[in-house]
Amino acid sequence: MRLRDLAHSRTGDKGDTSNISVIAYDPADYGLLLRSVTAERVKEHFGGLVTGSVERYELPKLAALNFVLRGALRGGVTRSLALDAHGKCLGSAILDLEIEEA
Amino acid sequence: MRTLRIGAGAGFSGDRIEPAVALAEQGRLDYLVFECLAERTIAQAQQRRLRDPRQGYDPLLEARMRAVLPACRAQGVRIVSNMGAANPLAAAEKTVEVARALGLQGLRVAAVLGDDVLEALRGGDYRLEERDAPLASLGERVISANAYLGAGPIVAALEQGADVVLTGRAADPALFLAPQIHAFGWTFDDWTRLGRGTAVGHLLECAGQVTGGYFADPGFKEVPDLARLGFPLAEVNEEGEAVITKLPGSGGLVSEATCKEQLLYEIHDPARYLQPDVAADFSEVELEQLGPDRVRLSGARGHPRSGLLKVSVGYVDSYQGEGQISYAGPGALERGRLAVEIVAERLRLTGVATSETRGELIGVDAILGARLSANGSAAPREVRVRFVGRTASLAEAERIGQEVESLYLNGPAGGGGVTKAAREVVGIVSVLVPEGLVHPSLHLLES
Repeated sequence: MRLRDLAHSRTGDKGDTSNISVIAYDPADYGLLLRSVTAERVKEHFGGLVTGSVERYELPKLAALNFVLRGALRGGVTRSLALDAHGKCLGSAILDLEIEEA
Repeated sequence: MRTLRIGAGAGFSGDRIEPAVALAEQGRLDYLVFECLAERTIAQAQQRRLRDPRQGYDPLLEARMRAVLPACRAQGVRIVSNMGAANPLAAAEKTVEVARALGLQGLRVAAVLGDDVLEALRGGDYRLEERDAPLASLGERVISANAYLGAGPIVAALEQGADVVLTGRAADPALFLAPQIHAFGWTFDDWTRLGRGTAVGHLLECAGQVTGGYFADPGFKEVPDLARLGFPLAEVNEEGEAVITKLPGSGGLVSEATCKEQLLYEIHDPARYLQPDVAADFSEVELEQLGPDRVRLSGARGHPRSGLLKVSVGYVDSYQGEGQISYAGPGALERGRLAVEIVAERLRLTGVATSETRGELIGVDAILGARLSANGSAAPREVRVRFVGRTASLAEAERIGQEVESLYLNGPAGGGGVTKAAREVVGIVSVLVPEGLVHPSLHLLES
C-alpha cells in the first residue's frame, strides 16, 4: 500500500526550509502513520534533495504529522535555480512511500 | 454573543479579483482582508519605488479597489490589506483617488508606516538567521529591510475610524487578528485569544487555499468547480472560536481536510508559531465539520510573544540566466542529454563564469531528480531541456539563453521551441530585532 491511499499532504516553504504535512483520511490510521512515516524514512526517501535535518511533529487531534525539512529548497525560495523553487511538489512525492499493512 | 464576519479577498499579489467582489456583495462581512505580500514582493516593490517615488505599492491595488470599494461602502465592510507594500502612503493616496473617481465621499483611508527599518539597521550588529554571517556582510547590495509589524497599528487605525487600512510588511495573520482585537476589545496580553485569533488568520490568509484550492487530486481528493472557487470567510465569536465557510453557490469545498492542510501550511513547530503579537500554539486545535462547507475551529492557544520582530532583508544576490529547448520522438532522451553537455561545454569555451548551474530534462529529472521521478523502463518520447545558471552579471546570464538558442542550428537533431530568460535575483534573508527598534505610525486621508 502506498501512503497516498491513507493520507493527504500539503507543502509550505520558508527560506530554505520546507514543511510537509501528512494527514490521515481516517483518524483510525494515525497509529499506522506514526509507526511507518518516521523522520528517518522521510529523510531517506528524499535523499540528496534534502541537505539538512528532518524533524517530525505529531498532531494527534488532527491525525496528522508535520515534517520540517531543512536545506530542502536549494539555498532558499528566492535564490534557488530549481524549476519548483518553492518545493510545492515535495508533498506529492512523499505520498509515494510504501506502507506495510498493519 | 456577537459574531464577527471576516472574509479573505486575496491570498497573494496576483490573486483572482471576482471572489472578493462576491464576498463584499453577499458575505454580510464586517471586514474584507487582502493578503498580497510574499517574501520577495516587498524588495521588488522597493526597487520600483526607488525608480519612481509614487510607486512601490501593489500593482493590482487600483484594480482591486475599483472592484470592491462600491460594495464595501454600500455594505459597510472595512478593508485591511498589506497592499501598501513598499509605499503604504502612496497606496492610500491612490485609494482615495479611486474612491473619488467612484463618487465615494468621506472614505477614510489609513496608511500604516514604520515597517521600513533599513536606516535603523545601519551600523547595528545583526546576525543573519539563514547563514553564519553578519548583516554587514551583504554590504551595499542590501535594497530593503522591513519588519513584520503586529496587529497594534492596524487596531489603532480602526479605532480612529479608518474604513481602509493599508500596511506595508505586517505578519499575515495580524491583518486578520487586528479586526478581532478591535471588535472584541481583547487586550495585548490575552495570549489565549490572541492565539485563537491568529489561528483564524492563518486559516484565512491564503484565501482559496482553505476552500479547495491547492488541494484537488483527481481520484483521491475531488473539488467541485475550481474555476469558480469561492474565497473563505470566518464567523468568529468573542472567545476567538470560529466557523470557516464560504458563500453558498460558489465553487470549491470547505472540509476538515482542507482546513487541516491549511492549518499546517508553512508551520514548523505547531506549538510555537511565532508572531509579532503572540507565540501561537496550534498543537491542540480541533476541526469539526458542522455541515456542508462549514468547519468549526477550536482549541488554539497562545503564549507570550518573544519581544523580537523578524525583519526581511532584500539584497541583490546574483543574476540568473536560463534557456529551454524540446526534443521528441525516438531518441528524445539521448538528444536532450547531449544538448545539456553541449551547453555546459560552450559556456566553458566562451568564458561565461557561473557559480552554479543545473542542466536537466523536464519530465525526467528536473523537479524530484531521476530516482524519485523514475517510472518504469519506457524511454520518454518528449523531453524539454532546461539549462539554468547563476552569474555575477546580467550580460553573462543572457549568454546562457543564447547558447541554448544556438542549439537550433548547431545542436542535436530536431530541437524546437526555444525560450530564454535572464534576470536579477533579489534574495531574501532575515534578522531578528528588538521590537523597541520599530516605531509604527499612522497617516489618515479622506476622500
